Amino acid sequence: MEESLRNSVFELRDVDIFYGSNKAVREVNLDIPEKKITAFIGPSGCGKSTILRCLNRLNDLISSFKIKGSVTYHGQNLYAKDIDPVEVRKRIGMVFQRPNPFPKTIYDNVAYGARVNGYKKDLDELVETSLRRAVLWDEVKDKLGESGFSLSGGQQQRLCIARTIAAQPEVVLMDEPCSALDPISTIKIEELMQELKENYTIVIVTHNMQQATRVADMTAFFNAEAVGKGSKVGYLVEFDETDKIFSNPSQQSTEDYVSGRFG
Amino acid sequence: MVVSTIGSLKKKSSSPRIILGSVMTGLSGLCMIVTLIPLIAVLFFVLVQGFSRINIDLFTQLPPPPGLDEGGLANAIIGTLVVVGIAVILAVPIGVLAAVYLSEFSHGNKFATSIRFATNVLSGVPSIIAGIFAFGLLVSSGIVGFSAIAGGVSLAVLMLPTIIRTTDEALKIVPQEIRWAALGVGAYNYQTVVQIVLPAALPGIVTGVTLAIARAAGETAPLIFTALFSNFWPNVSAQGLAEPIATLSVLVYNFAILPFKPQQELAWAGSLILVFLVLSTSILARLATRRKLY
Repeated sequence: MEESLRNSVFELRDVDIFYGSNKAVREVNLDIPEKKITAFIGPSGCGKSTILRCLNRLNDLISSFKIKGSVTYHGQNLYAKDIDPVEVRKRIGMVFQRPNPFPKTIYDNVAYGARVNGYKKDLDELVETSLRRAVLWDEVKDKLGESGFSLSGGQQQRLCIARTIAAQPEVVLMDEPCSALDPISTIKIEELMQELKENYTIVIVTHNMQQATRVADMTAFFNAEAVGKGSKVGYLVEFDETDKIFSNPSQQSTEDYVSGRFG
Repeated sequence: MVVSTIGSLKKKSSSPRIILGSVMTGLSGLCMIVTLIPLIAVLFFVLVQGFSRINIDLFTQLPPPPGLDEGGLANAIIGTLVVVGIAVILAVPIGVLAAVYLSEFSHGNKFATSIRFATNVLSGVPSIIAGIFAFGLLVSSGIVGFSAIAGGVSLAVLMLPTIIRTTDEALKIVPQEIRWAALGVGAYNYQTVVQIVLPAALPGIVTGVTLAIARAAGETAPLIFTALFSNFWPNVSAQGLAEPIATLSVLVYNFAILPFKPQQELAWAGSLILVFLVLSTSILARLATRRKLY
């Protein structure tokens, strides 16, 4: 913990998140370490995806969204008035739950981020290295001009990862990236994450606890409690090294959840 | 032996439910045929009456003066293309951009809700009202007089609601995740809309625009007192666009009620060309729909 604290990329302090007047998440305090894989686990509705999205200001697109507290990225408050969310998203890329390639060619899918960011160097080379890093190059090198939709689901998700890393971010956020994939594609993507963590900080939301134990260095367990009628508020229960969360958690509810005795 | 315990699985053709099912299937088939009758009858009648008059002259010559034979309706074909062209130039950019605002930038505010409501009202307005509007705005005010421009404006008013609604819907169908993905790699809002969302919605937009064109091309009422009619070649210049112009639909209206056989024949031929134009734009719209990405 000592070392990772010193190199944290994100620091969340007393973060409350609201949708309209509903509080969705309360009092989250979290430090996400650099060049490590951090997993968010917890039951549905506990706010883990909401927290993930506030790390690259994607929640801004929801008009009723409000945040209190501070989220800093290398010491800069992401929600300060003079922050350009587009600059934030350039540095903090995102891979989504379902593969979502653009209706463009494989090449243009990967090149898109670099193009909008005014990339000056060799695009061909960037596309190739990004696809190689996403372990997709050998499967698509002969059909870069075909539509991204022509690929299988697992290939599409790796294409989306290639697209994200081609934009040269520092952090990659992944929102249940394997939930729509078969086990073989899942393993490929997990291996890919292990390689990516040499260069990137990765934060992954997952419902699959085995996946968290396989890939994550650190794990945060979120839970939700009912407030009022029908609404739930999510909160962070425990954040620690993955081994500790799964073998010797300090909270009873964490132990219940990871051992499947939940609820 | 087993059958006795679980009952027979054979179809009982005397069961009331099965009889009712067959009757209803028969009835809906019959209704389908009844709806096809007017369509086929119209197409058949126009084809039979108009086809005999189809020849090269029809597409190259002016209508004959009363009492004379032969001639064609080339000026009306060109006129229809010019007037519809003006309407497209006016309605497509305004309609598409309005829909982009509604779908991408309004975030469902009250202003957008009222625009959507106004669009729905406009789509139900009778076409003659669009004509009166253009007449009052441009003709009786003396701004351009009876002209291709006034006709184009009245057709543009008719096309707008169709274009706005179909584009709005085509944009809404584009999955939200695609927008997130584009924003997620650092694109600005306008880049996302122009480079990702609009191309993804293009087949749907093209379908809407062609359907709007097909509807506008056949309109007569708004053109009668905006574009009026002309027996001469349209003068396709800035000045010529401010003069009255012939169109196929008004030609059909004018000639069909004349007591001269050659004119009546031309009216039928004009109807056939109009039906063919509308049919081919509808087929184009179908082809565009088939290329839909979502």
